[in-house]
Amino acid sequence: MASRSSTGSPRPRPRRAAGSVAALALASSLLAACGGDGGKPELVWYINPDSGGQAAIAKDCSTDEYTITTQVLPQDAGQQRIQLARRLAAKDPSIDLMSIDPPFTAEFADAGFLAEVPQDAKAKLEEQGTFKGAMDAATWKDKLVVFPFWSNTQVLWYRKSFVDKAGIDMSQPVTWDQIIDAADENDAKIGVQANKYEGYVVWINALVEGAGGHILEDAGEGVDAKITLGDEAGQDAAAIIEKLATSEAAPADLSVSNEGTAGSTFGSDQGSFLVNWTYIWHNYDDTAPDVAKDIGYARYPQTVEGEESRPPYGGIGIGVSEFSDEKDLALEAAQCLVSPESQGVNAEITGNMPASTKGYEYPKLEDQYPADLLELFQASVDAAAPRTVTPYWSDVSGAIQNIWHPPRAVDKDTPERSTVFIEDVLKGGDLL
Amino acid sequence: MTATMAPEKDVTKAAKRAASDRAQAENRLGLKLVAPAVVLMLLVTAWPMIQALYLSLFRYRLTAPDDRAFVGIDNYLTILSDDQFWKSTLTTLLIMVVTVAVELVIGFAFAMVMHRIVFARGLMRTSILIPYGIITVVSAFAWQFAFSLNNGFVNSWFNWLPFIADDTNWFGDYPHAMFAIMVSEIWKTTPFMALLLLAGLAQVSEDMLEAAKVDGATWTQRLTKVILPNMRAAIMVAVLFRALDAYRIFDNIFVMTKGAEGTQSISFLTYRQVIEQMQLGLGSAMSVLLFLSVLLLAWLIVKLFRVDLAQARGEG
Repeated sequence: MASRSSTGSPRPRPRRAAGSVAALALASSLLAACGGDGGKPELVWYINPDSGGQAAIAKDCSTDEYTITTQVLPQDAGQQRIQLARRLAAKDPSIDLMSIDPPFTAEFADAGFLAEVPQDAKAKLEEQGTFKGAMDAATWKDKLVVFPFWSNTQVLWYRKSFVDKAGIDMSQPVTWDQIIDAADENDAKIGVQANKYEGYVVWINALVEGAGGHILEDAGEGVDAKITLGDEAGQDAAAIIEKLATSEAAPADLSVSNEGTAGSTFGSDQGSFLVNWTYIWHNYDDTAPDVAKDIGYARYPQTVEGEESRPPYGGIGIGVSEFSDEKDLALEAAQCLVSPESQGVNAEITGNMPASTKGYEYPKLEDQYPADLLELFQASVDAAAPRTVTPYWSDVSGAIQNIWHPPRAVDKDTPERSTVFIEDVLKGGDLL
Repeated sequence: MTATMAPEKDVTKAAKRAASDRAQAENRLGLKLVAPAVVLMLLVTAWPMIQALYLSLFRYRLTAPDDRAFVGIDNYLTILSDDQFWKSTLTTLLIMVVTVAVELVIGFAFAMVMHRIVFARGLMRTSILIPYGIITVVSAFAWQFAFSLNNGFVNSWFNWLPFIADDTNWFGDYPHAMFAIMVSEIWKTTPFMALLLLAGLAQVSEDMLEAAKVDGATWTQRLTKVILPNMRAAIMVAVLFRALDAYRIFDNIFVMTKGAEGTQSISFLTYRQVIEQMQLGLGSAMSVLLFLSVLLLAWLIVKLFRVDLAQARGEG
């Protein structure tokens, strides 16, 4: 092609115009990046998806000094961990605050991603009666690394009509054996979480702890921690899962069940028992009012008859990024976000219960929940067994999921096999 | 270039030198013009590959940066002696062989339809190509919902079949889950296969077909003796492309089963090491092995079926 001569070309303008447009666009995008509100810093809070509780308190806690905005993380706790950890590993300064699931707190703290909670803030948290379990889960190597925000636990939900039919006395503690038998004999299904995900390990951990054991001990040793899942308590846990999975009480979708699908099973005609988090109480208000009226609640079932159950512990702690440009402001903001008032507002909107006794005193909660249910929640959080605090929890959890899933394949050899596998994975000798 | 230079043989030496000077200048200009692209390519492809190769020799975890240590080829030995690696490889090969075979048959039928259709040609071609335009993740979710026990339609529509019941859990065991994954994969990529085959069909000369017809060849004879042999190169390229694609299957498995029930593919296993476990060392070693196995597969297919890429492009 012949090159165009530049002699007397009358139209150099479009290029200049395009250049100006590009420069303008660049300048405006740079300006936008500086934050609009006349230099008022913006604190970005990465939250787990909820029904608006965290966004509401972000607004309440914004001050003349800073604005707190929220960014939503993926639904799945494992995916939340991945997204946060990868950005923090790259020292991303755009994360100021984040909602962290308790099992991953140790991993983040160990990697140096989290700013330490100052002493005065810690004193305040103790003053507002933050539950011991919540404080333990928020502590790594004797340092408080996240602000306990909400503390969740599971209780045993049941359909009153079903227990009447089956003739079970729910005023006394019940065992897993009892409820599986009752559902099996009466053509009903039990709702649990047994998909290949963190929720399944929550169930396994509660069963093991309920039998007086632990998944692992000496977590401080890191990859050399002692795996004790193969002990008797692990056997008891495996026996219950095997019994449920091979009985008629197992829902058809057992191997892919999560909190949501288990809730659907419970709400169906075959619903009988369900182990699930606190928000279930208002789950059916709009969608199935008949079911809502039929819900009863009791303490989490016992793994071994006569031995107190250890309900699962869940919740969210608010961490401040070590790499935040506004670390001090973020630490200040976090104190407001976990105040009893904020915990109460969040509980009112989302059904995720406060992490402190003062939080439970939030007046509107009494209107929303029966007094004995609030008591049950607090007693369950007190007795709850958190998953072991170790920076390698995701490996441990992933290894357990690999061996214990699907539930119908669980048998008496499963605990021992998983013990060996976890050890191999931790030492880097096996793929996960 | 050589072809265009050929007629200049007779011209004088001086002219020839001038031409070659000019050619050299053009070459230099050409190199300068492609240089930025080459540099960019090296930056975005070669550099990460070299880095992966380097990282694969370390024990290195993103969340435990202080624990980094050189381990030589230990990571490779760990992987190659691991059950899961071989099981995943087998699963991946199974998915590859079945989906490519089914896609080849259906894709060929679609290509024939697109080639021969007289009325509503554009509409028909577009509708056949729609699945290929859909993002794989979206298609995976669509099929997951379709097969879902709680809100899918597959169970209620097909419960008259002997092996499907109202409460069939499609993601509850290996055969069912693999079936669902393969259906999604086939649905999504058959149009691509059809498109490649259509290009091959278009190369088959109408004269040959007419000659065969005049000679009294039946439809089957025309298909097997004229059409297919003349499309061989196109078919092989289609198989090669799809086989390599299928071997790297990830999205469908990630969305539908998350690797449960033994449906983990080799890409998914790699993802778990690098992204989920943040084991950069072990994960990089897996990526290198994945890369090598794709390379090996490509070489095998090219050698085994004697694919001639130049011929497929119509240069042969």
